Amino acid sequence: MTKCRASLLPIFVTLLVFAAACHKKAVPPPPPAPPPAAPENKPVINYFTAEPTTISSGEPASLRWSVTDANNVQIDNGIGQVSPNGRRAIYPTATTTYHMTASGPGGTAEADATVTVSTPPPPQPVRSQPATTVQDILAHQVQDIHFDYDKSDIRPEDQSILQADANALKTIFSMDPNFIVQIEGNCDERGSAEYNLALGDRRAQAARDGLVALGVPADKLHTISYGKERPICVEASEECYARNRRAHFAAAQ
Amino acid sequence: MRTLITSLLLLSAFGWLFARQQVVGTIEKNPGKPHVAATDFRGAGAAAGLVGDFNSTVASDLQNSPLINFVPKTLYPLQVPQQPSDLIAGVTQPSVRPTNPVGNRLTDWSLPPITANFLGMGYSAEDHGMFVVFGWLYSTSPTIPALQQAQVFGKVYTAPLTREGAIDAGHRYAADILAQFGGKSLVGTRIVFVSNRTGSKEIWVMNWDGTDQRQLTRYRSISTFPSASPDGHIVAFTTYANGYPAIQMMSLDSGRRLTFYNQRASMNAFVTFTPDSKRIIFSSTAGWGPAQLYMANVNGSGLRRITSSGAIEVEAKINPKTGTDLVDVSGRGGLPQVYHMNLDGADIQRLSPGTGEATNPSWSPGGDHIAFAWTKGFEPGNYNIFIMDVASRQVTQLTANEGRNENPTWAPDGAHIVYASTRGGRSQIWVMNADGTNKHELTQVGSNEKPVWVNAEQ
Repeated sequence: MTKCRASLLPIFVTLLVFAAACHKKAVPPPPPAPPPAAPENKPVINYFTAEPTTISSGEPASLRWSVTDANNVQIDNGIGQVSPNGRRAIYPTATTTYHMTASGPGGTAEADATVTVSTPPPPQPVRSQPATTVQDILAHQVQDIHFDYDKSDIRPEDQSILQADANALKTIFSMDPNFIVQIEGNCDERGSAEYNLALGDRRAQAARDGLVALGVPADKLHTISYGKERPICVEASEECYARNRRAHFAAAQ
Repeated sequence: MRTLITSLLLLSAFGWLFARQQVVGTIEKNPGKPHVAATDFRGAGAAAGLVGDFNSTVASDLQNSPLINFVPKTLYPLQVPQQPSDLIAGVTQPSVRPTNPVGNRLTDWSLPPITANFLGMGYSAEDHGMFVVFGWLYSTSPTIPALQQAQVFGKVYTAPLTREGAIDAGHRYAADILAQFGGKSLVGTRIVFVSNRTGSKEIWVMNWDGTDQRQLTRYRSISTFPSASPDGHIVAFTTYANGYPAIQMMSLDSGRRLTFYNQRASMNAFVTFTPDSKRIIFSSTAGWGPAQLYMANVNGSGLRRITSSGAIEVEAKINPKTGTDLVDVSGRGGLPQVYHMNLDGADIQRLSPGTGEATNPSWSPGGDHIAFAWTKGFEPGNYNIFIMDVASRQVTQLTANEGRNENPTWAPDGAHIVYASTRGGRSQIWVMNADGTNKHELTQVGSNEKPVWVNAEQ
């Protein structure tokens, strides 16, 4: 009857579908062929320069470079491997040629950069420098001589200072034979200004005589007294008094 | 016969004198210093408000003078003469005196209780906008026969109609009175000193009462240690303006620099003048070694060495009365002391007692006293002003517990001393009576020191 014929339709459709799907055993298309291998680029050193190209000894310089197509960039002279683009400070002490090697799959590239280190200018003649050097010795090596109250004699414990001062002064006068040193005698503030003017003069004289006895040329040493007019401290203390009782050394004007 | 008449005349004259003396009684209990009375002057019109200052100035100057005994006003009679026409000759009757004290007779002043030898009197008035004083001085001595001959002086004093004017007139009248007894007036005298008020130590000058302070040097260096010639014309000082401490001389009136030849030396300083102002003694290191005393002409020529002590010799001061000897400060005995010697350096002896440190000696005008600064038993730097009677060597202390006091110098009247004191903190210039009383300050600005009292110009 009809009921039998009706149930056959879905089966027929399904069979058709299957038949369409696998009517034949299909072969998947082959994968696309790999692209042909590109030819390898050689590394290119776009630039490798030193700036400045000429320096004086002790001055810095720098290297700059840019490299493409390299996976290993090296610079000799102790620098080693670097990135493809960069700069580096250098401090050559002599003329140096820096050699760069850039390598990659495509090959190798090389370049050089040279820094010329010029010889330093000749030193200035000693005569044009001594004012500074001599002033330096005067300020730092020629020390004040100190005295006891109402006294102008050099104390035994200060003889070594006097000797050191003599040595420094002799150095000064050999460096600059025209230099004159002024020895300034001073006092603490307790005595009268009048007596102290004369006492300061005695102290400057005593220091001068002591130095001359140690071989310092006498005509290079002038003396002056400032009495108690130029104290270096004003406290009413034994420590300040002792500091003011001094022979001080300065360049004569 | 003639001798008989002469002797009779003489006898009667003596008798007359004797009689007079008996009438007037004794006058001179103390023949030493004269006794002086000075009335309170009265003033008419605008002078009335100022005459009080005049009177107190006169009384103060006379009271403070060592030359006279000033009779206290409490003893004066109520009625006082104001002008010569007020004076009557003769003697007030004893019966009148106790009940009605008048002073119109000189004998009212010469007898007890006043017993004055001299009477100052007068009055003041305003005239043409000025303060005018008529002042007289009379001697009350009974040996003067007539009233007209008893007047010592009569003067007119004119001053601005202000307190300062009245005070100045008082100073001048008192000075004229004291001048009768050897007193030198302070009018016209000045004080040179050192001030740092401009930023550096310079030499300055002012009137004796501290007015009109003027700058003399402008070196902007260190200028100090001034001294002055006795004729009042020259101020000498030491300055670093040319590098080394050297002497300069300046005319006090014109401010003009005077020629002075400094010796080639690391130090030239501390000038003192002979009484005729023509030669000087000063300290110099010209001979190497410590500073010594040298004599020279006032321009520095004609140098002659005076001392060779091997020790520091500074602050020579020539005796203004004799001109033949000097004092100085020497380190020959150790710490500084005051020594005395002749002008040629001979006959040296120590004047100061010998302890501590003695410095800054200064002669009184009469040459009988030295003022000096001394640490006497105190720590170094603790100076006070002392005066020494040169003959007896007796020492009197004039300052105590008033800071550091130094550089005393005498006024020309021998009655005042100017000095420097740190009693107020900074060093300032002070004046006191020669007995240490009546101290007052003359400077206030900056730090001021080393005052020297200069005679009025002669």
